[in-house]
Order: sequence, then C-alpha cells, then structure tokens
Amino acid sequence: MATEILMPALSPTMEEGTLAKWLVKEGDTVQSGDILAEIETDKATMEFEAVDEGVIGKILIAEGTEGVAVNTAIAILAEDGEDVSAVEATPVAATTEVTPIPTTVAAAPAQAAPTAPAPDLSPDWPDGTPMKTQTVREALRDAMAEEMRGDEDVYLMGEEVAEYQGAYKISQGLLDEFGSKRVIDTPITEHGFAGIAVGAAFGGLKPIVEFMTFNFAMQAIDQIINSAAKTLYMSGGQMGAPMVFRGPNGAAARVGAQHSQDYAAWYAQIPGLKVAMPYSASDAKGLLKSAIRDPNPVIFLENEIMYGRSFEVPDMDDFTIPFGKARIWREGTDVTIVSFGIGMHYALEAADKLAEDGVSAEVIDLRTLRPIDYDTVIASVMKTNRCVTVEEGWPVGSIGNHLSATIMERAFDYLDAPVINCTGKDVPMPYAANLEKLALTTTDEVVAAVKQVTYR
Amino acid sequence: MAAKRAAKKPNVSGEELKQYYRDMLLIRRFEEKAGQLYGMGLIGGFCHLYIGQEAVVVGLEAATEEGDKRITSYRDHGHMLACGMDANGVMAELTGREGGYSKGKGGSMHMFSKEKHFYGGHGIVGAQVPLGAGLAFADKYKGNSRVTFTYFGDGAANQGQVYETFNMAALWDLPVIFVIENNQYAMGTAQARSTSSQDIYKRGEAFGIPGEMVDGMDVLAVKDASERAVKHCRSGKGPYILEVKTYRYRGHSMSDPAKYRTREEVQKMREERDPIENVRQMLLTGKHASEDDLKAIDKEIKAIVNASADFAKESPLPGEAELWTDIYA
Repeated sequence: MATEILMPALSPTMEEGTLAKWLVKEGDTVQSGDILAEIETDKATMEFEAVDEGVIGKILIAEGTEGVAVNTAIAILAEDGEDVSAVEATPVAATTEVTPIPTTVAAAPAQAAPTAPAPDLSPDWPDGTPMKTQTVREALRDAMAEEMRGDEDVYLMGEEVAEYQGAYKISQGLLDEFGSKRVIDTPITEHGFAGIAVGAAFGGLKPIVEFMTFNFAMQAIDQIINSAAKTLYMSGGQMGAPMVFRGPNGAAARVGAQHSQDYAAWYAQIPGLKVAMPYSASDAKGLLKSAIRDPNPVIFLENEIMYGRSFEVPDMDDFTIPFGKARIWREGTDVTIVSFGIGMHYALEAADKLAEDGVSAEVIDLRTLRPIDYDTVIASVMKTNRCVTVEEGWPVGSIGNHLSATIMERAFDYLDAPVINCTGKDVPMPYAANLEKLALTTTDEVVAAVKQVTYR
Repeated sequence: MAAKRAAKKPNVSGEELKQYYRDMLLIRRFEEKAGQLYGMGLIGGFCHLYIGQEAVVVGLEAATEEGDKRITSYRDHGHMLACGMDANGVMAELTGREGGYSKGKGGSMHMFSKEKHFYGGHGIVGAQVPLGAGLAFADKYKGNSRVTFTYFGDGAANQGQVYETFNMAALWDLPVIFVIENNQYAMGTAQARSTSSQDIYKRGEAFGIPGEMVDGMDVLAVKDASERAVKHCRSGKGPYILEVKTYRYRGHSMSDPAKYRTREEVQKMREERDPIENVRQMLLTGKHASEDDLKAIDKEIKAIVNASADFAKESPLPGEAELWTDIYA
C-alpha cells in the first residue's frame, strides 16, 4: 500500500519551508534512514530521512519549491511493483488539517474567588501540658533525634555535622547516638551532596541535608529546584523526594554580603517545595518534626542569631506543628503585623512599644511560607483594617509584596490604609557595624509603619 | 588506547544474540518513528534521538539483575525501552498524552518508571550524576547488593558536579557504574574542542575509580565491560567508570542543522560500524538465524512501533485537572 511522505517540521516553531533538493528520484528504492531530501527553514538546511522502506513512486513537490506547508504530501512511497502515477499533488499552500485531539473533560480548580477566611484557631498543644525552657538549638536537635529514633530511613548529612558536632552545634550528640552510618560528614561540595541526597530520597530514604548556611545552598539550588521539587510532577506522581534541606538563613552578624541573605521569598516561589521559617523553639521543634515526616522536599530556614534564644517548649512525647497554620502571638484591634522567622523579633518588640502609645497590634507569625496560612491573615486584617509586614529579605518580590497583593484581592474593602512592607534594604549587606544595622529592618521602622497606617 | 573489543569467541548464545538484535532494532525503529511524529508536529519541544547508540544501553542492560537501577539524561528513549518499559507509554509521553508514563506532564526528557527502576530522564546536563550516586547510596544504606547505572555524555563529563560525585562515590564506596556515552559531540562541539584530555575513562584515576574504554558500536564488547563493572560494584569495591565510544547518527535534537560534521563522516560510521548491522551479520554467519528469521523479527518490531504510534495518537490529552495534581505527595 502506498504511503504519503509528508513535509516534516524540523523545529517546534516551523510552519513551512523550502524543499531545497531531492536526493532520490522516482523509482529509487529507499531504506529507513536514507536521506531523501534537504529542507531549508529560516534557521538552517536540514536533511530529511526515510522512515519506511519502499520505492519512490512519485515526487509531488519539485525541488526548489518555497513555502511548502508542514504536513503537505511531498512524495508517494510505493511498495514494489505498485503504480502510483495517478496520484496528484495537493496545493502547496494547503492549510494543514488540524485533527482535534480528544481530551478528558474535567474541571480545573476554580480561580480563587474571594472567600470568607476560615482560620484554624486550635491550640498547638493541649491546655495544661507541662512546659520546659529550651533554646532553638536544643529544640532542633531534639526534633532530629526523635525522628531518627522513630524511622531508620531518616539520616543526616552535611558539612561538619558528625565529628565536629555541627558548625553551629545543632547536631550535638547525634553521631554518638546514631553512628556514622546515619550522621554523615560530607566534603565541602554542596552541589554534589545535595544531588546525592535527592537521589537517596528517590531511592527510598528520608535525608536531612544540613547546609552550613543557606548562602552555600546557592551552589546546590539546581538540585533543590529542578530535581527535588519538580520530579513528582514530571513523573506523573510516581516518585518524589521526601527530604529536608535545613540550616541557618539570613543575616548573622558582621559577616558581610556573601554570608547574609534571606532566601525566604526565593524558595517560597517554587511549587513542589514546602518552606518553613520558625521563630520560636517550640515551632522549630514541631515544624522540623513535621518536615522530616513530610513526603515532599522541605526547605527549613533557621537563623544563627535565634539558635541561642530560649523559649517555652511543651514537654510532650510527640509534638508536631502542622504546615500552613500561622500563630497569633498577640491579639490586637488596631493593626495586623505579619512576620516570620527573626522578623518576629522586630514585630513583637514593636507591638510592645506601640502598646505604650495606646496602639493595639495583632501580631501573626506565618511560621510556614509554603503553604501560607492566608486565612488567618485575612481574618485579622478584616478585623483591624490595617496591615504591616516585616521581614529581613530584600524588598523586590518579597513575601510582604505577595501578602499585600493577596490582602488587596481578598480584603480590599476592609482596608483603611495601604499595606506597608518593612523589609531589608535594597543593598548587599555591608560589613561596617553601623551600615549593617541600617541595612536590616528595625523595630523603629515597624513602629513608624504602624503609625503611618493608623494615621497617628 | 584502543577500546576493548569483545573476546574473539563471544561467550554468548544465539538466543541472547537474537535478543540483543531485537532490543537494538526496537530502539532504532522506535526512534525513527518518533522522528516522523515530530516531523508531523505530533511531538513538540525537544526530542533527542538515540539512533546509532543502541549497542550501549542494550549491552549494559545485558548484565543487570532485577532491582538494579538506572538513570540518564534527556536522550532517554533507548534506555527506557531497553529496561523493559512499554513502547506505548513512552511514545504517548512524547506526544504529551494521558497514556504516557508521566501522564503527558514530563515529555521526552522527563520520564520515569518506579516499576522498572528507571529514575529518569533529566534535562539538566550532568544533574543525573549525583542523583545516580544517591540511588546507590540508598542501596548501600539499606544493605542490599543492587547497583545503579548512571549514564551521561561526553558533554556532561565536563560538569563540576560529576567530579564532586566521583569524590564522594569513591570515598563512600557507592555501588554506582558511571557510564559515559561518548558520542563525540556535545551538541555541536566536537570532543577535541571541549575536552582537555580525551580519555574520559581516566578521569576517575584521581579518585581511585577504575575505568575502561569500551567500543560502543559492539554490543558484545559493551556487555563484557558491563559484566566486569557490575562484578566490581556488587562485590562492594565501590564505583566503576565505563567510557563507551559511540556515535549518534542524527542531530543533537530534532532541530539540529548538522553543520559541525560532514555527511561523509556520518555515512562512513553507518556503513562500517553500525551496531545493528554487526549483530545481523553475526547472526547470519554464525547460523543463529536465517534471513527469514530476521525478517520475522523486523516485522514484529515494526508492529510494536506502529502500535505505539497509534496508541500515542489516540490516547487523549491529559484532563485539565491534571494541571493541579502531583505537585505534592
């Protein structure tokens, strides 16, 4: 049976081309792989090969013809002895027939229409739970130790996590308890060990990767985003990367531009990742335990300055904090201050100062940035009608920008003033003590922003 | 150094030889069909064909056991067929349809099969190398004797993460076989123009990883080398490097004007070194198969490939709700 040889598309954008030269003539026998013709596009001249074997029965489009539409029949391939001389060429400019492709009709989720917020106001732990004082550092260590006791597949790898006991002593004691199989010192090679950990997660383990700081994770960001975050989607749900990337993020103190950057907004942008950025020790513990159990890749952003701070932590056997549930640190009526991570330090300090001036601020800690608990924020803004966001990261494309847009979409009619974003300044971090202080956001700036939105 | 050829009297049965012929032919016919569907506009975006390199993956797969893992780059169709993935599912992924291995959401470069231990299909040059070592890390951690075949090209061999991975794989004795498919061109750049020392298999020496060069147009030479590498890895001695010299007949991707090499160079390779033709001659001269037997195999392969193309055309587009699935587990 004769088959038509069609004008091929040689690139995703090609619609037509020039049939520059035939390398076969009528009557020639061709095998699959033989070069039939040269096709010219605006980009290049390319060879066009046979797919099927047979005899060139008839050439329908002469060489030198320009503007041959993709999928036009250019020749007829006959079987031995078959006569195809009666076949006529279709006009060159014939529009390609578009066969509709069937699709399973199913509704996509509706675009988020403004809906009434339904914040989850349940307590993080039962009333009456005994509490103990712990540093953020101890809370993080306990979270890892507890999860490693419960699941053999959880292991920790990173620079100086084992024998050195952690560059910031977060993994203190873990090597002694779990041994070198599960607490692994790596060479200084972030790109490589991040990729190995993602592969180990594909292979069924639950790695915790410690970056000495998230500044160094920029060397590994391709593996975090292209491999860890996207594989579940690209594999149609077959395999993903259940793992945690954790370490200190943001400015420490006097370490200059390359060691002082907040990556919250970067990672929060990536579908497929989850992102946590705790402030208190109880959240550090509860969220890290949730992160290790989560079947998805989690970015866990800590802060060096916070490691030594003490908080009350519930003394419970198995204490976790769910992702996507903000915490209202103090209730108020005049303004909503939204922050996360070390930004909460400025937010809470500002709220204290504002109270002295008779301004009642509600302070919300987002705790996780993917997912974000929008409902708690929106419900609060509907009550206070004003909002200030606080973070240490840069202003362009910040978490505060995103919250401002969301508040505008969902609570525009409730706003009595524009939302103000307090952020780090739009500069690389300077080393000089006075300049560094200026580059970060400050409590005074938060107070001033609140006064602005409350018209005081 | 000349690449190692297979032993004069190959330790292989007629049946095995026929199987290799069949497996290589399936890849070639499949890829030709993919090229055709691309030309018809049914396959979009990037499409990197494996034609010419068939003996590499078929020879390496010949030494695998159930549970061994494999991972490769974006030139991945051949690897999927060789490890037993279904031609229909692969072709339907190329056309971006519901019946594809990734439900149409991955495409030519991003396909996976947990069942066949195929871990992709990766579009970032070199990124699969640490991932493959990580798969081996997981097997060592679990204490089983599986090995991971980590394929990458001569182009990827210049990526820094490859050497970060060599270091850790050797340091931790990971059971990973690094297969460098040297098809001599990194996209349009000939190896001599991109690579300071030509013998890539020697690049493990600095890390204490043994390596050898293999003739990738000879499926039996590849199989022999694969067996040596597997034996080394499975016995707990750590990683192994195989630089397999091969040649791709087609462009880097479908839209490749092929100005960086002559038609004569390609034609010469096809006529003198074609891996499928070589096995065909072995089968005939060794009287393992008659012309009719081979014709029957050709017919069978053609039927599989045509059926896969029909399936890939008829399978519906993924439902619109699929846009929002598989983002989080």
